[in-house]
Amino acid sequence: MLNQFLMLAAVIFCIGVYGVLARKNAVLVLMSIELMLNAVNINLIAFGAFRDNVIGQVFALFVIAIAAAEVGVGLAIVLLIFRNRANIDLDQADLMKG
Amino acid sequence: MVAENISFYLLAVAMVAAAVRLVTTKNVVRAALYLAIVLAGAAGIFILLLAEFVAWVQVLVYIGAVVVLLLFGVMLTRAPIGRESDLDNDSRWVPALVAVFLLGALVAMLSDAFGSQDISFGSIQRTADVSDSIFGAYVIPFEVASVLLLAALVGAVALARRD
Repeated sequence: MLNQFLMLAAVIFCIGVYGVLARKNAVLVLMSIELMLNAVNINLIAFGAFRDNVIGQVFALFVIAIAAAEVGVGLAIVLLIFRNRANIDLDQADLMKG
Repeated sequence: MVAENISFYLLAVAMVAAAVRLVTTKNVVRAALYLAIVLAGAAGIFILLLAEFVAWVQVLVYIGAVVVLLLFGVMLTRAPIGRESDLDNDSRWVPALVAVFLLGALVAMLSDAFGSQDISFGSIQRTADVSDSIFGAYVIPFEVASVLLLAALVGAVALARRD
């Protein structure tokens, strides 16, 4: 019973990794990051239930709070990129490429 | 136990299908709606694991706030609402290769480490226990998280304001 939750989280995490690497639109990359964070939350809750301990839930709540802060700052940065370059394609934001 | 298994597999199939559509769809607004489906499925999984409080926080914060925020991002960056072909990188097989390799490694490792373990659901973890833990042992990380939220708020306003 524990393993199926971990497998579901692993599948969702890998789909999120694919999305981060394959997408070019910055908002879609942020959505894929949310997918990966959610997979981690499922893992935390599953291990919390497995160990019969509330610490898993506490950590999941912290992850949710920090993910909300992350998406706010991330979208502000995306807006700034859009204002400066008029598109949000991540492969064109290569100003720091050596 | 049978009911739990059936609801788990229904949720899992819906979540994986919506996640795959999220990373392959050509429509940005639909991607946000698929993200909402995945997040709602995760809330259902939390309820299956007897973590009701986290499930409702998930619904309020993620589906209520984060998805709306992402939709605002779509609106403010003037993404085309209809289909668009220019959302993906040129080569898609490298990310697919990385994801499949990572999935294989994770599945092998997890089934080796936890393949035979079972969740007993001995005592129900009440919301009161969660709050005792947050405001007891983890009160300093909680305060740090509130300062972090304030910093993120100020930072987002400072970044996005126009002058």
